[in-house]
Amino acid sequence: MTIEHDLSHYLLHLGDNALIQGQRLSQWIGHAPALEEELALANVGLDLIGQARHWLEYAAERLDDGRDADALAFLRNERELRNLLLVEQPNGDYAVTILKQFFYDAWHFQVLHGLSTSSDARIAGIAAKGLKEVTYHLRRSAEWVERLGDGTEESHARMLAALPKVWRFTVELVNASDAEQRLAAAGLIADPLEVAAAWRAKVADVFSRATLPLPEPASPFYLDGRQGLHSEHLGLLLADMQYLPRAYPDATW
Amino acid sequence: MYAQLVETGVKRLKTLDEMDAQERAFQEKIDAEIKIEAKNWMPDAYRQTLIRQISQHAHSEIVGMLPEGNWLTRAPTLKRKLQLLAKIQDEAGHGLYLYSAMETLGADRDTEIAKMHAGKAKYSSIFNYPTLSWADMGAVGWLVDGAAIVNQVVLQRTSYGPYARAMVRICKEESFHQRQGYEMLLTMMRHGTQAQKDMVQDAINRLWWPALMMFGPSDEHSPNSAQSMAWKIKRQGNDELRQRFVDQTIPQLELLGCTCPDPDLKWNAETGHYDFGAIQWDEFYEVLKGNGPCNAERVATRKQAIEDGAWVREAAVAHARKHHNKNAA
Repeated sequence: MTIEHDLSHYLLHLGDNALIQGQRLSQWIGHAPALEEELALANVGLDLIGQARHWLEYAAERLDDGRDADALAFLRNERELRNLLLVEQPNGDYAVTILKQFFYDAWHFQVLHGLSTSSDARIAGIAAKGLKEVTYHLRRSAEWVERLGDGTEESHARMLAALPKVWRFTVELVNASDAEQRLAAAGLIADPLEVAAAWRAKVADVFSRATLPLPEPASPFYLDGRQGLHSEHLGLLLADMQYLPRAYPDATW
Repeated sequence: MYAQLVETGVKRLKTLDEMDAQERAFQEKIDAEIKIEAKNWMPDAYRQTLIRQISQHAHSEIVGMLPEGNWLTRAPTLKRKLQLLAKIQDEAGHGLYLYSAMETLGADRDTEIAKMHAGKAKYSSIFNYPTLSWADMGAVGWLVDGAAIVNQVVLQRTSYGPYARAMVRICKEESFHQRQGYEMLLTMMRHGTQAQKDMVQDAINRLWWPALMMFGPSDEHSPNSAQSMAWKIKRQGNDELRQRFVDQTIPQLELLGCTCPDPDLKWNAETGHYDFGAIQWDEFYEVLKGNGPCNAERVATRKQAIEDGAWVREAAVAHARKHHNKNAA
């Protein structure tokens, strides 16, 4: 594998993460627990889909095979998407949604922080802009983990019930691929070991303040979002998301 | 208007002579175009009418998130998905401004929302129509926001200061989204396939009359208008605003290359306005009563969201209380 191949796939990974997380957030709109949350969820979703667009545009340029960002988002199937398994999981109740968001944000923050000093100026630029947004996302989701963990008995119980549904997918946040090791060695992306360590520290800190027990590190299992080996949830999500471009292939929207 | 058929509870206008000193001073202030502010004295009926109108307006923003939210996960390009999310985010924000304006009158947001969920408070009839294709996103932006803007531009001069100021902020954002909605339709009509053009025309056919109904009943069937006009809550009659909307919208329709689903629509050179056909008022009243295509789903969805979210809100309150106690200790 060439570094160029690694890089374009990594850009797809970043774009797909933000896109699928944004898609899940947009399913909440109209159904959130408070008006302020409607606003916040839409706001975070908007940021992430905006970031997805930037990463996919750059991926399209590097791939240079005639596809644009929209083709990459709407015309790849579930074996071609490279998002983390975590972000494709169903929203569940607000405890599940908040835990997914927090684990992703804590990881995303570290990833973008590292990418903002990438030797590729374009990557550094996109990451620096995204980092400002994700700083807010992380503050918000960490606060909600605390509120729900250290809120009422019911909210605490719901967080405990949500944790096993979400935790096992965090294995992907701390186990980087070989390609990512190569990209990091080339100075193009953040060092995955540093990202993982910082992620663990952040989760431990917030969980302690949220009076939540920190589980043992999750074990690897036999799926891999980076390689397009997804859970059964992604296919349905894409069927919904891609239906118009698939049904009207010649259309201009 | 986002608020239709607002009861004033007043059967007959009082003359200045019939008013007591306080009422007369209030009416003279209104007549002199001096804004009423939260701490000023106001007749109870004025206060109640405004609470009904502003809350109805706020409810409409919130329920109005649902027909558009319906297409959020299916928006066909990243750009369109971003635009739609931004628009719905603004609507939630408009709901918040309006509930704040309403609370300056002493009403409580949660109480008024509960009334809407119990079917005791209205929201705009338009949001009881389903969104059946992507073109509806453009048509809602263009026609529905367009009709709302015609109403809201006038409300920038409404007599109650907090409401008027909310309208100034809201109109700026609405106008932007309205142009975006129109641009979506224009893109489909100019660069799209025949199937897309048919989709646009079909959306217009379904939403045209419901958009005209947003202005409320015609003036002779609008018993509450006289008092609202005297208090300068309303500044112009329903029919006048509806006519303005038709006159400004038909040229936009022609530019799209679409037709209007009204066989009686024609330009009247004598009056300088478009004449248009009769509105199906039976449908309008049925929809307002709760018998429209989506009334049950819309209210059930909002009610469910608030019920399902109760434990989240309770957790936030409990956490804030603990935290506050800790800080105080």
